[in-house]
Amino acid sequence: MREISFSEATLEAMSEEMERDSSVFVLGEDIARQGGIFGQFKGLPQKFGTERVLDTPISETSIVGAAVGAALAGMRPVADMHFADFIGVCMDEVFNQMAKVRFMFGGQCKVPMVLRAPDGIIRSAAAQHSQSVEAWFMHIPGVKVVIPSNPADAKGLLKAAIRSDDPVLYFEHKVLFPMKGPVPDGDHIVPIGKANVSRAGKDVTIVSYSLMMHRALEAAEKLATEGVQAEVIDLRTISPIDKETIFESVRKTKRLVIVHEAVKQGGVGAEISALVAEEMIDWLDAPIRRIGAPFVPVPFSPPLEQLVKISADNIVKTVKEICR
Amino acid sequence: MLAYKKEFLQNLYRTMVRIRLFEEKVGECFLGGELPGFVHLYIGEEAIATGLLSELNQDDYVASTHRGHGHCIAKGAKIKPMMAEIFGKSTGYCKGKGGSMHIADFSVGMLGANGVVGGGINLAVGAALAAKMKKSGQVAVTFFGDGGANRGTVHEGMNMAAIWKLPVIFVCEFNQYASTTPSSYGTSVPNLAVRAQGYNMPGVTVDGNDVFAVNEAAKKALEYVRAGNGPYMLEFKTYRIKGHYVGDPELYRSKQEVQDHFDKNDPLKNFAKVVLAKKWLSQKDMDAIYAEVAAEVKTAVDDARKDPYPTDSELFNDYYVEGGVN
Repeated sequence: MREISFSEATLEAMSEEMERDSSVFVLGEDIARQGGIFGQFKGLPQKFGTERVLDTPISETSIVGAAVGAALAGMRPVADMHFADFIGVCMDEVFNQMAKVRFMFGGQCKVPMVLRAPDGIIRSAAAQHSQSVEAWFMHIPGVKVVIPSNPADAKGLLKAAIRSDDPVLYFEHKVLFPMKGPVPDGDHIVPIGKANVSRAGKDVTIVSYSLMMHRALEAAEKLATEGVQAEVIDLRTISPIDKETIFESVRKTKRLVIVHEAVKQGGVGAEISALVAEEMIDWLDAPIRRIGAPFVPVPFSPPLEQLVKISADNIVKTVKEICR
Repeated sequence: MLAYKKEFLQNLYRTMVRIRLFEEKVGECFLGGELPGFVHLYIGEEAIATGLLSELNQDDYVASTHRGHGHCIAKGAKIKPMMAEIFGKSTGYCKGKGGSMHIADFSVGMLGANGVVGGGINLAVGAALAAKMKKSGQVAVTFFGDGGANRGTVHEGMNMAAIWKLPVIFVCEFNQYASTTPSSYGTSVPNLAVRAQGYNMPGVTVDGNDVFAVNEAAKKALEYVRAGNGPYMLEFKTYRIKGHYVGDPELYRSKQEVQDHFDKNDPLKNFAKVVLAKKWLSQKDMDAIYAEVAAEVKTAVDDARKDPYPTDSELFNDYYVEGGVN
């Protein structure tokens, strides 16, 4: 299979969907002239014109608000947030407008839009450009939240998100953009709401997503050399969460570790732990463990930043604690 | 003043009376303990929605505010499903899921009232962007008060509409109070239309209690916007006759102040004075309309009272289009 970067994969998804459906357009800061700060929109304006690839002023509120309005008027906007951290600027448009209008209006309308949000820690970007905020949005009824870990899923989930009639938040880790991987040819779609068992194993289930999937798989390799067979699940979608895939794995392994880069407190891991504890605690042979960042903003100084990042060794250590 | 067709005048009056009687009835039902939630009435501001929205086509868009009943009615929404919605009944526009602050009727381009002050601004900007992309010729109108004018959403929306020359009319209903805070305190300028200059768009201040003045200003604004010149701001000076919400103790103003404004500026009385003096309509014409609307509103309330509440099974309907609930 051909190998392309995560960034190129998202670009293919955009390009194919814009080709396929003239109501798809994209708006955001620095996307047409610059091609996106991570190059993830390069070439789109040349192909589709600046009427469909819109550079906006620095106006997150208007970007999301206008995307909602355009969606209500029959378009399928993709809005780019530059950095996931900036969603706070336009939170009303996200959680009071985008997420709620269809329900509030009794189903008279739909909001087929995608909010793309590059997230995660990268090269000392510090506290306002490094966050992983995905858990906020799994607490909001009315939106779907996807968070791919590799180029194939990046493409397939973005295409699915654009085609979805529901509003979708699409988190893409900044470190992943240049990362290469195999991507199937053709109309590759990854369904929203379906997790993927990325590595099979029988001793412990490691649930992760986004960049941390790579740490989890690395940890699984190391564990295998020590005789521990870890099953690694890539959630891919965190709302709605694919409970069944997690449960099925835990029924087999009887041990669960959840890994994310976001702070541990109130994170996705807390929700998954609660689900498993509520519905299948009798299956467990060991306490559930969560691995996430300590409860502190992301610091600037490289040695400090290192302290909030999750390594494969962190995961190995935790898994061994519950696999004794 | 220009002469108007009789039918147009009758329609203006009918819409204003419809809003007035609808709102009076809603207030009455609320104080009678019949309505859940809370309601914000448009009484005293009827001329604005009526004079402006009478010039729109059915497929033009309106994004409204928490004080949105008047905008809905003037855009052509039916009062029966509106009343049912305010009662929380399944026959309402939103099947009882939205209530007073979220009434919408997409079939007439009414993109919803909005519970967040300033929340509708950018929905209109987006609808106008869609209209421009589709070259459909539609326009979008969004309302906000002198309170909402101070939201950042207005700044961002006006700037974006201006740089993209979007067909949006930004309508400020300057009703003197931002909830309980007088605009003389909370707003930096006496006339908000001057702010339009900062976005390189026309902005005019108009007497919002005079439906004819509103209508003339609306026609000019629409001509400008429909010609592709970009957005336009209309500021209508009016007065919020009722409290911020029904039940508001209104400790921030005197009863006398309210009465003086109502005596001087009631848009319905203003209208009657003009049309009777000019003999454009007779008292009989107006009485007939009033009686017809009163009956219509009474039926709407009678029906809303009898209509069923949504059943439990409706909780998860009209939610995600494609599944999504665990």
